[in-house]
Amino acid sequence: MKRIVTDTCDGIGSGLILAYRSFASLPTAPRILKRVVEQAYLGSYTSLPIVVILCFFIGAVLALQTGISVANLNMQAIIGTLVGESMTRELGPVMVAIILAGRVGSATTAELASMRVYQEVDALVTMNIPPERFLVLPRLLAVLLFMPFLAMTGIVIGWLGGMVVCQFVQFIDVPPEVYFRSLKQFLSAADLTHGLIKAEIFGFVIILTACNTGLRTRGGPREIGASVTRSVVLSLVLILVLDYFITKVLA
Amino acid sequence: MKTTTHHVARTSDRQPVAVEVRGLAKTFGPQQVLADVNLAVKPGEIFAIMGPSGSGKSVLLRQIAGLDLPTAGTVRVDGHDPAEPDTRDRFALALVFQAGALFNSLTVYDNLALYPLEHRLCPKSEIRDRVMRALKILSLEGAAHKFPSELSGGMKKRVAIARALVMEPQLILFDEPTSELDPIMGATISELIATLRQHISVTTIVVTHDRDLALTIADRVAILMKGRLVAVTTPAELRTLPNPAVQDFLNPKIDLQNPRFKHLEAYS
Repeated sequence: MKRIVTDTCDGIGSGLILAYRSFASLPTAPRILKRVVEQAYLGSYTSLPIVVILCFFIGAVLALQTGISVANLNMQAIIGTLVGESMTRELGPVMVAIILAGRVGSATTAELASMRVYQEVDALVTMNIPPERFLVLPRLLAVLLFMPFLAMTGIVIGWLGGMVVCQFVQFIDVPPEVYFRSLKQFLSAADLTHGLIKAEIFGFVIILTACNTGLRTRGGPREIGASVTRSVVLSLVLILVLDYFITKVLA
Repeated sequence: MKTTTHHVARTSDRQPVAVEVRGLAKTFGPQQVLADVNLAVKPGEIFAIMGPSGSGKSVLLRQIAGLDLPTAGTVRVDGHDPAEPDTRDRFALALVFQAGALFNSLTVYDNLALYPLEHRLCPKSEIRDRVMRALKILSLEGAAHKFPSELSGGMKKRVAIARALVMEPQLILFDEPTSELDPIMGATISELIATLRQHISVTTIVVTHDRDLALTIADRVAILMKGRLVAVTTPAELRTLPNPAVQDFLNPKIDLQNPRFKHLEAYS
């Protein structure tokens, strides 16, 4: 028990220090622009297909479930509002964050952990190139840059998923115009901001966790695997816990 | 907020640095790896640290490079604690790792060019010249655009040495520079280390168990056994040192009548 507490405090502390040290080298940002772009490409563009598939079906299943529930009540018009609100405020950002943790977070931890284990990080330190500036800052800047766009893509694709179901499933049968009118009726700019702020925080926390777990790896190949697992599990837990508190604060 | 612009001294006004180790001890859990190590390496000196495998040589080197904190005692490079981040801005230090520690995601060329590029030491054309010169010295011209995973063990080691040369450091630390190399390349590396100070002002510390390398090119040799220094002396004096363990280490006789593994307890 004592170990769990100290490990948790250790993890949080080292994560905060890592974030501080990374942003302390922010003045050198123009120098690392190329790496930021590279990381943004790897994190966002290559994640697009899975984001599209996942969010489309999340939107679709939301519409379908609501459709089944309200079919007898003749309240199909509510489907647009429901899909719109839940995708925007909740499911879009969370789904994109989960994809990010699984795809980018795991890869980041694996790369940094193997760099640590094979002494590449030590080599950087002896060359007076702080790993925080060289490895962590580009990734953090990249995720802050692309996360709103990726989340927005997820949200819009989710809306479209709902629209397709509403139009083509016989017992729902809501035309796109009606669907989008009801979606627009209750959706405000604040909802969208809420969702995007969430996504931004999730993205930052995921990449910071991934970098921190990777750089704290000691040992050999087995520890690299263990670090990746730890990083993904920790990210998923953090996403859901933070989700609750961010919602509470923003409400 | 502290800016991280680096002001590593320009090549021309760089001076070699002194290394001083006082009462250094390092333990990993219950295991004592280094105990009461005292050393003073003069600026510009070639200092070899020899000892059997597992005697703590690499750990000592990591301490001097400031990669690990000592359990007790102090390390001073040019009068500063090498583990302090600010110290690294004061002088250029290169550590040639035993396994190379090349950046696997970068080509050989980019591995070498990384240091001058990151620190904006000189224009790109000059960096290119420096990198190609270092590659040529180590017969690696053909490997410039290969990735470390495409290289053999010996080539990786040479690339690691080339990467250190490009840095033009004031303190260079070699961890087993000639292991895994064929005898000719081993001799080339020894010659390279010996002549390095003619070109750049550098203090050299070599950890090795290559007798020829240590006894031929080093100004002084330290013998480390089980984490303790048993001798710090010149190569000439070392050969006549009346210490049976040292002499056995320097001139191990292969004795088929009385093999070591049969009386390991007595040997240790």
